[in-house]
Amino acid sequence: MKEEVVIGLEIHIQLMTKAKMFCHCSTDYIGKEPNTNTCPVCLGLPGSLPVLNKKVLEFAIRTAVALNCKINQVSRFHRKNYFYPDLPKAYQISQYDTPLGVNGYMEISLPESKEKRKIRITRVHIEEDAGKLVHEGDITSSPYSLVDYNRCGIPLAEIVTEPDFSSPEEARIFLVKLRSIVQHLGVCDGNMEEGSMRCDANISLKDAKTSALGTKVEIKNMNSFKAVKKALQFEVDRQKKLLDEGGKIIQETRHWDESKNITVSMRSKEEAHDYRYFPEPDLLPLKVDLKMIDEIRKNLPELPEARRKRFIKDYQIPEYDAEILTSSKALGDYYEKAASSYSNRKVLSNWIMGELLRNLNEEKKEIEYSPISSENLVGMLNLIDKGVISGKMAKDIFEKMFKTGKDASQIVKESGITQITDENELFKVVDKVINENPKSVDDFNQGKEKALNYLVGQVMRYTKGRAKPDFVFEAIKQRIKE
Amino acid sequence: MTLNQLTAHEVVNLIKKKKITAYEVMQDIFNQIDKVDNLIKAFLIINREEALRQAKEIDAKVKNGEELPPLAGIAVAIKDIIATQGTETTCGSKILKGFIPPYNATVINKLREAGAIIIGKTNMDEFAMGSSTENSAFGPTYNPWDLERVPGGSSGGSAAAVAADEAIVALGTDTGGSIRQPASFCGIVGLKPTYGRVSRYGLIAYASSLDQIGPITKDVTDCALIMKVISGHDNMDSTSVNLEVPDYLKYCQAGIKDLKIGVPMEYFIEGIDPEVKSALNRTLKIFEKLGANIEETSLPHTEYSLPTYYLIAIAEASSNLARYDGVQYGYRVEDYEDLSSMYQKTRSEGFGSEVKRRIMLGTYALSSGYYDAYYLKAQKVRTLIKEDFDKAFSKYDILIAPTSPTPAFKLNEKVSNSLTMYLSDIYTNPINLAGIPAISINCGYSKSNLPIGLQIIGKHFGEGTILRAAFNFEQNNDVEKKKPSIKSAKHKEATE
Repeated sequence: MKEEVVIGLEIHIQLMTKAKMFCHCSTDYIGKEPNTNTCPVCLGLPGSLPVLNKKVLEFAIRTAVALNCKINQVSRFHRKNYFYPDLPKAYQISQYDTPLGVNGYMEISLPESKEKRKIRITRVHIEEDAGKLVHEGDITSSPYSLVDYNRCGIPLAEIVTEPDFSSPEEARIFLVKLRSIVQHLGVCDGNMEEGSMRCDANISLKDAKTSALGTKVEIKNMNSFKAVKKALQFEVDRQKKLLDEGGKIIQETRHWDESKNITVSMRSKEEAHDYRYFPEPDLLPLKVDLKMIDEIRKNLPELPEARRKRFIKDYQIPEYDAEILTSSKALGDYYEKAASSYSNRKVLSNWIMGELLRNLNEEKKEIEYSPISSENLVGMLNLIDKGVISGKMAKDIFEKMFKTGKDASQIVKESGITQITDENELFKVVDKVINENPKSVDDFNQGKEKALNYLVGQVMRYTKGRAKPDFVFEAIKQRIKE
Repeated sequence: MTLNQLTAHEVVNLIKKKKITAYEVMQDIFNQIDKVDNLIKAFLIINREEALRQAKEIDAKVKNGEELPPLAGIAVAIKDIIATQGTETTCGSKILKGFIPPYNATVINKLREAGAIIIGKTNMDEFAMGSSTENSAFGPTYNPWDLERVPGGSSGGSAAAVAADEAIVALGTDTGGSIRQPASFCGIVGLKPTYGRVSRYGLIAYASSLDQIGPITKDVTDCALIMKVISGHDNMDSTSVNLEVPDYLKYCQAGIKDLKIGVPMEYFIEGIDPEVKSALNRTLKIFEKLGANIEETSLPHTEYSLPTYYLIAIAEASSNLARYDGVQYGYRVEDYEDLSSMYQKTRSEGFGSEVKRRIMLGTYALSSGYYDAYYLKAQKVRTLIKEDFDKAFSKYDILIAPTSPTPAFKLNEKVSNSLTMYLSDIYTNPINLAGIPAISINCGYSKSNLPIGLQIIGKHFGEGTILRAAFNFEQNNDVEKKKPSIKSAKHKEATE
């Protein structure tokens, strides 16, 4: 049987409002002493009541509108009931049958096929986050669990797609773009590692001939774009193999184990929760007037799609470069800041997409924390253009800048590595190389151009790359003629 | 006569006139508590030192000629389902034993700002689930009129405390009749406000869409006085309504000539005690004499109220009470194997049987596959019941009905049969479903000297009108107002 992959995503983003969803506690909870960022409301103490933070609604509408959703003018909150120690009320205030936004879409471009694909967004709804369990060492070996409620009540928007992805890579591309959108909207920082953006996936295999849908498996705990792709690929392979062997896929929830690179079963359909949803009686139906929606729509900031087009037009860079440079808000900002004071925009984009991103990836750093500021990068490029350093030298200097955070001219000054501009000095080296390599000189005289390259290389070796290659080239030719 | 027998408006006036001091009233209150609460058992916690200290503060204000707030020096008993900062709040349940809220309910802050003094927390049916105060984990409360009888419930402690002059006024909560039925059983006044009139912040939820806090008082004037203080919008409760609070006392003063009164016939059929029926009939004659127009009317969906009420209440309760899991506060078993056994054992041991019954039934009603047949249908019937009242109020200003089909029943009489117990609230719970206000006021006594309650039902935010009707009736009732003679069985034998 030939199968097609069918994937749908469920993404939670933490909304960056100042206060939590239903109380006045701060949303800035990371790194705080456990259980200090709480109040009776977010602790769910008996008698406390939720009151919706209007900013949450605004942020969520901004998100839904950017994802081309229709906004329900009246939506409502429901209680999702389940027991877990990190959920102090034993229910999560969420939305159920009338979510805030419905029927949206997002377009993604697939670089391999150069194809554009519309991914349908089923719904965007708002809900509160839960706390966290903390264990001494590993969860399996810890004799007890501790609960930290600091995260309780952080506002979340849940974005659910239709099962419109036909490969793990498509899902990854979508997520990267979604992250960039919510960053540009200013509603979420999109940090998957820290959990401010989280992704679950539904995946099944469809019979390519009959279009019969397969059994759906839910995957949880994928904490990076890479993890999403790896986990989904693992799952595609697992399901295919299982079917080939005549096995049956069971409906279940599986957990991505990052250390072992496998998915493991968490619970089957029979063990699935019955959340006993019912309308939250402590909150009134959520009414949004058209004026508010229009206002938000009108004031939407520039989104990655528009920014990408503007980059191509204004900076004359290829589509591929623009796509990468707008894949995160901060990266786009970095590029634009640099481009405002450096005119060779393609050279700039090469350095950012090449050296800078490679170094950041190796260090697992986000562009926001780049040790090389956009000013310093431009400073280095200016040194190349002025001929103070060569392109090759620049790579070494760049590494040093990345390690130390110093600017290029300082590094040049400290290490003394500048290009040799004194022609007499260079001629001395050229003469030395000619004297030491009579055979190559003969070869050159007999028309072997390659011999010249060898001689240039020797000069560069003696000068440790500090010579200007074109000058050396001409100098050798001149000396041999003489 | 001792000062604890006074009403709030009397106490406030006498303190203002420097005829008595707040401290003297407070002393009489605690003397009475010392004298009778071992028989009544209205209180779970008493704040004696703090109350006496606050009384002295009020007296100092009087001495300094400062202006006094409206409830200066008034001793208030608080049902133990309302959160009080620094004072244990148990809801009559073992599972919340030891829980000390780090915050006050909004009504507590309002009472304190008005100069009232919280003297203690009163007994109740566990989590307000019951009609007799027998479902308290800390033992029952006894009716001051007859210690072999229940004070009603679930606000039985608050009603008994006021009836026995152990408090000047009290706060109760009413989800299906829990203020009005005990007020009726104890011969005093109790008002359930319109849903949204009084903030629920700090009211520990039983059924969120039905719960309201309200006053339990010795007369209608006190009821109006307390309502003025506790009502109003609260930023901490999204369901509280932003509507001006009228001067209820002023409303009381007006007459009721030409007031249009409807008497729903469904409230006078099978199950009603003949003595209650005749007391009501006598009452209606008084209203007639005062110039009101009385007509029989119909609330056709009344018979569906009880099942509708219970479905909605237990469904919401199953979710509201899920937080008592032994993790954060309250009771937790010592021995358990894992998380789920901790949950199971804690909740099995921590809750009483009526609470567990309602949680299980409510969980069932919300379960996937049953939701439409139970909860959703109940919500639809709730709308029909609301519409019944809307129709009636398009013709009438108020409705009059009994508060409960019978006077106070004996302890243990209905404990074994939940259904007969539920019937005690048959005339009160439709009002909660409709979200409208109603007041219970004493209208007479049975042959065996048990109080009988009259219920006056109003439109949404029609508290002023029902207080006015109740006040006019109170002033013109031809049955003399009595006080209970609190006697223990032994004592009774000796005197009879």
